[in-house]
Amino acid sequence: MNINTTKIISLLFFIFSAFYLYTAYQIQVFAFDENAPFNARTFPIYLGYAGLFFSGLKVVLPEPYTIKVDHKNLEYKKTVILIVIAIIYGATILKVGYFLTTSLFLFSSYYFLGERRWVLMFLLSFPFVAAFMYLLHGILDIYLRDPFLQSIGVMG
Amino acid sequence: MIEGILIGLTTALTLQNILMVMVGCFFGTIIGMLPGLGPMTAIALMIPITYGFDPATGLILMAGVYYGAVFGGSTSSILLNAPGVPGTVATSFDGYPMAQQGKAGKALAIAAWSSFAGGTLSAIYLLFMAPSLSKVSLSFRSPDYFALMILGLTAIAAFSSKGQFLKAMMMVVLGLMLASVGQDSLSDITRFTFNNMNLTDGISFVLVVMATFAMSEALTIILKRNDPTSAAKQVSLTELGSIKINKEERSKMYKTIPRSSIIGFLIGVLPGAGATIASFLAYGMERNVVNDEEKEKFGKGSVNGLSAPETANNAACSGSFVPMLTLGIPGSGTTAVMLGALLGFGVQPGPRLYMTNPEIFWSIIMSMYIGMVILLILNLPLIPYIARILAVPKNYLIPLILFFSVTGIYVMSFNNFDIYLMIGIAVVATFLRLYDFPMPPLILAFVLGGLMEENLRRSLLLSNGSWEFLWDRTLTAFILLTTILIIIWHVYKTMFKKTNN
Repeated sequence: MNINTTKIISLLFFIFSAFYLYTAYQIQVFAFDENAPFNARTFPIYLGYAGLFFSGLKVVLPEPYTIKVDHKNLEYKKTVILIVIAIIYGATILKVGYFLTTSLFLFSSYYFLGERRWVLMFLLSFPFVAAFMYLLHGILDIYLRDPFLQSIGVMG
Repeated sequence: MIEGILIGLTTALTLQNILMVMVGCFFGTIIGMLPGLGPMTAIALMIPITYGFDPATGLILMAGVYYGAVFGGSTSSILLNAPGVPGTVATSFDGYPMAQQGKAGKALAIAAWSSFAGGTLSAIYLLFMAPSLSKVSLSFRSPDYFALMILGLTAIAAFSSKGQFLKAMMMVVLGLMLASVGQDSLSDITRFTFNNMNLTDGISFVLVVMATFAMSEALTIILKRNDPTSAAKQVSLTELGSIKINKEERSKMYKTIPRSSIIGFLIGVLPGAGATIASFLAYGMERNVVNDEEKEKFGKGSVNGLSAPETANNAACSGSFVPMLTLGIPGSGTTAVMLGALLGFGVQPGPRLYMTNPEIFWSIIMSMYIGMVILLILNLPLIPYIARILAVPKNYLIPLILFFSVTGIYVMSFNNFDIYLMIGIAVVATFLRLYDFPMPPLILAFVLGGLMEENLRRSLLLSNGSWEFLWDRTLTAFILLTTILIIIWHVYKTMFKKTNN
């Protein structure tokens, strides 16, 4: 049996399905529902077994097409930076507000992807977010909480 | 039906809805032209905006995006031999050679007219077929629905990617598992929330779509160092030539379009199949039907060879709406996204949709036709200009896709937990994509998860816990037998291929 990354992913999915199945059996149901033909844990239990079945088959059966990924050619650094920027965005948006956080998110993303045309970077972040915010808040009536804009008196 | 058509026209022809079709077609064309970013991404990015409108308008916008994306995909197939969406791969077989002969404008015009005719004819088929099918499907019971959903999921897994059936089935199970998170719909018992209040209501559909498509596609582009906009930069430099179609070419198209539209529509109706298979089948059939002289031209810039797949892929798009509108079961990943959006609006698609919400049912059908007209009038002459807009560097395009994803999630929940969850799912999806694990089956399963559990619950309760409901009715047994045959065939193929190797 040829061990490759696809098989490892399938094995991980097998373990995940086993954990899912275990958790499915732990779902607390009402006492009167315990022996009912269908309760809150029935469907998840079948799903757990289905996960074990298909991932188990994938691990055991031969691989018709082997996928080879050339990790040397993958751009991990920029991808990780973008993910970190997105996480920081999530951590700050509630405290700082939509406008400043989103503008900085866009500006820093352009920067880390290698862009250095500062005027264009600025135009496609701060004014762009302001226009988008107007579309959401002003036209589509979708409320956007923004402590920063409230503190400087731009938003009520 | 006349009354329905009038309701549909009245709804679809409001200024706001015409504007939405135009915006949708335009936006869809842009995204569809970018290789790697297909209609699902385009629609996913639009969902948060659609929630600001009523359901009919929202769906009209999404339908416009869908058609625009397929049309945009054809453009990059013809001009660059780089299909924006899988459904337009067959278009490049004769479209690209034609463009190389200096007839790019003509190829685009043939594609646009064929798309228009295919879409129009299939909208007419849909117009007649959907209400009748809705009436038939009213006789469907819970076991039939349950079996149909299993068939739909198996079929989409079977067709999603060559030789990757088991991977696709794993994605189906993962989608169903994700859908099971949160409160049980009947007993309100929480499942798989691990005492996290943010998961009590389950995982949002928009979050899963954004994470697995928009965000993970953006991350994949960066990770693989792809530049989808490089294609667009070439388009703007291409000399398109005349867009006029002569009499001889027109007469060839008159014969090709009707037969290809029927194939496209019928394939589109089948769950899991869709534009890709339809376009290849139509291309193959056309090659067999034409005379020997014309057959020789296939692959070298044949009018029939270009017209057939273009007609079929657009007809399949309309066809894929049939199971969604009449049964409430989407036949493709794209219509699954639309179904999820409809459920988000509080509208339950299915056989009763055309009675309970006729304005939605009929306006979607009418907007398809309007979308075709707009694509023809607006997009064809505007293609060189759209291509220039597309030449936005990757450094701007990727952050903007990420921006629409995170903003889309934030404005729907105002909760940063959802942003973290989306990032987590997107990272896993990006990794899985690297190893060819298909995402459309996951989305379809996620959308159908709740409905499937509901129908299984009803079936088991009615049959007192016995699984006999699976073969009690001939229809249920037939659907299930088809599903089992698909599974056995694909597992057998997996083993047989290796033996051959």
